[in-house]
Amino acid sequence: MFNKGTVDENRLFLNFNLSIDDHEFISVIGSNGSGKTTLLNLICGTMRPDIGTVMFGGENITSMPEFKRARRIGRVLQDPKMGTCPNLTILENLALAENKNRKFNFARAVNKHHEERFRTMLENCGMGLENRMGVLAGSLSGGQRQALALIIATMTDIDLLILDEHTAALDPKSSEILMQITQKVVSEKKLTTLMVTHNLRYAVEYGSRLVMMHSGEAVMDIRGEEKKQLCVEDILDKFNKISIESGN
Amino acid sequence: MGVFVNNLILIAEEGLMYALLAMGMYITYSILDFPDLSVDGTFPLGAVLTGVLIIHGVNPWLCLVIAFAAGMAAGMLTGLMNVKLKIIPLLCGIIMYTGMLSINLVLIKFGTGGSAIASFFTKNTIFNSSLATVIPKSVGGFTLRAVFISLIIVIVCKILLDLYLKTKNGLLLRATGDNERYTTMLGKNSGTIKILGLMLGNGFAALAGSVIAQRKGSADQQMGVGMVVLGLASVIIGISVFRRVKIMKGTTMVILGSIIYKAAYQIVLALGVPTDWNNLIKALIFLIALIIGGAKFQALFIKLFKSPKNREKDVEVT
Repeated sequence: MFNKGTVDENRLFLNFNLSIDDHEFISVIGSNGSGKTTLLNLICGTMRPDIGTVMFGGENITSMPEFKRARRIGRVLQDPKMGTCPNLTILENLALAENKNRKFNFARAVNKHHEERFRTMLENCGMGLENRMGVLAGSLSGGQRQALALIIATMTDIDLLILDEHTAALDPKSSEILMQITQKVVSEKKLTTLMVTHNLRYAVEYGSRLVMMHSGEAVMDIRGEEKKQLCVEDILDKFNKISIESGN
Repeated sequence: MGVFVNNLILIAEEGLMYALLAMGMYITYSILDFPDLSVDGTFPLGAVLTGVLIIHGVNPWLCLVIAFAAGMAAGMLTGLMNVKLKIIPLLCGIIMYTGMLSINLVLIKFGTGGSAIASFFTKNTIFNSSLATVIPKSVGGFTLRAVFISLIIVIVCKILLDLYLKTKNGLLLRATGDNERYTTMLGKNSGTIKILGLMLGNGFAALAGSVIAQRKGSADQQMGVGMVVLGLASVIIGISVFRRVKIMKGTTMVILGSIIYKAAYQIVLALGVPTDWNNLIKALIFLIALIIGGAKFQALFIKLFKSPKNREKDVEVT
């Protein structure tokens, strides 16, 4: 509920229910203000719902703070600046990420042992980052940073991967490459994934399930065989219809 | 000549002692990105506590440790205010500083039996401990000993801080100052880390207060005036002057920054400016440091000092 008690009061998700199965890769699409990002914020704990519950693996996490939820959720944000620490080197960023859910004690943070392992990890993503581990993350391009953020988010065991328009700030070529890396990581690690995107083609091409949102409701929810046959035109039609209904 | 050498020694001595404060502010201001005004209160806390304890016969080295711990406790309060009560950093500092005025005064009156100043000229301090007698009295006397002791303390603190910043915990502190969301995404409470950083920063500020009080042989409430400006100026001077020296660590930069600050201050005084103007001079040096540290000035600076050949190239491009 936004702007509670004012004329602009806006209630989202009044009758909303979304359950995600293990190993599903869901693409979420919808126009601006349809509640996509709010949905992610509710799941991650950046925002708390006024009513209703958020269940995670059978546990009620509605009142769990964001940092505790993050122990089981990996998240890549839209803004490439947010997924890494710009003033730390790639190596330091990775060393921190690897230590997630362990003790941050007074042991040395970075050693040779790490470097080898990170090198193979970076080689796998094919961005040429493996030879630049001593470089500050802030000096990388947007695409490289998002790839790094994706590696960081999926480095430790997580139960859910959240991709919050993670290609939106990138140029077409970089976002194409990033989507390929995403697909590879998700299928390799068999991650349950929730991806919000504005790119209808990505939503159709990737993922096992597609959800279209409109003013806080899922107006379309397609999975399985039906999803495989879906093409961009189908969604665009539906999209336009909604837009006309709501007078846009 | 003698005056010149004396001035150099004075700059080294004071610059090193205040470098402890600068290291503290390096943690809060530079690493954690938290402009912490509470050091104006925690610096004299360290001084006053040391004065009172030495009067009561406590070992002067132990006083350093106690002062550091007390500074950490005060820093924790600043942090809790910011993290738990969501008060902006500047206001947290002002509240802490104002409150500490009373705390320090009560402490000093309680410890000295009603006096507003704790004097311990006749008592032993770290500056005439057995470690100081390594330097014979015939060479440079008491002043050189003070430089020697300050240097040892600064080096030990610098090495410890450098080592800490390389640990997992230290790296998490740097990450929190850099990108708070990153810490959250690592499943860690960024608030806790912030409080820890403020504890360390204020610990160093109180340690500096303790060392300087021991050098002066007295401690009072007034010692905290202008410490924020002094500490921040040292940090900003150090980092902006040595930014391009890649192998130099941040801690080294701020220690040198502190010495440069003292040198600038001493030069102005040597020009014969009356002491009434001291604080104005400090404020102006801080202002100049901010201008020098600013991006615009640095771009201009680089342009001016580029070789003529390169400058021609620039013209061609435009």
